[in-house]
Amino acid sequence: MADPRTHRLRLWTSALVVGAVVLAVLLVPPLVQLDEQAVDLSRKLLPPSWEHPFGTDDVGRDLLLRCVYGLRISLLVGLVAALVATVLGTAVGAAAGALGGWTDRTLMRLVDAFSSVPHLLLGIFVVALFRPGVWPVIASVAVTHWLSTARIVRSEVLSLRTRPHIEAAISGGASRRRVATRHLLPAVLPQAGLAAVLMVPHAMWHESALSFLGLGLPSHQASLGNLVQSARSSLLAGDWWPTLFPGLFLIVPTLALAGLAGVWRDRLNPRRRSELML
Amino acid sequence: MLELASVTAGYEPRRPVFRGASLTVAPGEAVGLLGPSGCGKSTLARVAALLHRPDAGRLVLDGTEVTAWRHRAPRALRTAVGVVFQQPRTAADPRLTLADLIAEPLRATGRKGEAADRVAELAPAVGLTPELLTRRPHAVSDGQLQRACLARALSLRPRWLVCDEMTAMLDASTTAALVAAVETYREQTGAGLLAVGHDRVLLNRWCDRTVEWRDCLPAEGPPGR
Repeated sequence: MADPRTHRLRLWTSALVVGAVVLAVLLVPPLVQLDEQAVDLSRKLLPPSWEHPFGTDDVGRDLLLRCVYGLRISLLVGLVAALVATVLGTAVGAAAGALGGWTDRTLMRLVDAFSSVPHLLLGIFVVALFRPGVWPVIASVAVTHWLSTARIVRSEVLSLRTRPHIEAAISGGASRRRVATRHLLPAVLPQAGLAAVLMVPHAMWHESALSFLGLGLPSHQASLGNLVQSARSSLLAGDWWPTLFPGLFLIVPTLALAGLAGVWRDRLNPRRRSELML
Repeated sequence: MLELASVTAGYEPRRPVFRGASLTVAPGEAVGLLGPSGCGKSTLARVAALLHRPDAGRLVLDGTEVTAWRHRAPRALRTAVGVVFQQPRTAADPRLTLADLIAEPLRATGRKGEAADRVAELAPAVGLTPELLTRRPHAVSDGQLQRACLARALSLRPRWLVCDEMTAMLDASTTAALVAAVETYREQTGAGLLAVGHDRVLLNRWCDRTVEWRDCLPAEGPPGR
């Protein structure tokens, strides 16, 4: 484990960034009352200035505003998709681990089948089934991201299942359901929660990748992937700001989220676990 | 009568830990099973507690032949045998307080109402103070936790008790206290006991008779079998 000082630094920087991001995406849209879609061709591709700290894009929209709105969408997609994927993965993993036998084999072969298809391809397939919008993107990310959680939860449940405290519960007359809900699930929840937090940045990148390919959100909607995509042409003309700022908005918050998850993971080691009563 | 007849059991298909072990415990009798570590006596104890399905052989509990193990076994049969394991640390759910730990079997069998009274009755019997009952496993010693595990095994008043190296981790005074608690319970209820261990002196003093592990197994057949 890293020494305590770098550890604390990582925790606080990450917490600060995540806090700032959450405040920004929650407070800016209702407070500033500006239209992030407002086009002003007389102000197109202005470099960063006091009036437009991040500059403007090729149709004169304010990039700072669009970045905040883009982050809002990306964060929403990331959080909801991670939640759906975690619930799905935990349910499948717990069922496979707790029931064993044919259920286990069938479910895990299903997981193998899903993971044998490249994620992006599967994601594109799901998006292609529906009209462009937020929900198809969330579905696409969720469908491709529950697999690792299912594997983690299954292996945790398998190792717990033979522990004497589970045997003691069986011997004490506990039903399958009680063993699963009272003894197995609470024990795997910290792991599943950690997997969920680690999945949020991943899901945000997935959304951006889909939008960048033009398969995610409708292109007028501000999402980080759409912003980077529409800035590609101006980058070749030497205008760097339309690419840089959305890129930073994607990288910094996802790094901070991963940093927070990392601190959590370090605290989950078995000795600390019993101290924290997780 | 708890009767194990020609039991073959193991953890991998076709590679049993032992073959054909037999052992009988009469009602109210205390039987000690002695054997070196790794010989399979704990596995036999788990078969007797309906926690491990044997590959072959029979288990007869009070005249009922057991045909299903673990969750598949009828609840009344499962709870007729109380189990105490060797390591209290792994045998206790780290999330529960000692009071909840002891009450867990009552709650699991839908007798929540009796839980508080039963815990209040069992705690002094195994030597746990009310203050200890509010703590979680990480905040008590192995000995105190094992006392709680014994109380949990007794909470449903089982007719049989299986103690798998119950005192192997503990000091002499705790060992004496736990053995005394088991004996008091047996005097009150006439429960039978199967105590597995490798401490010959302890088992000889504690039990009505002790059995060597090798005497449970069938006589050696001709070589090459």
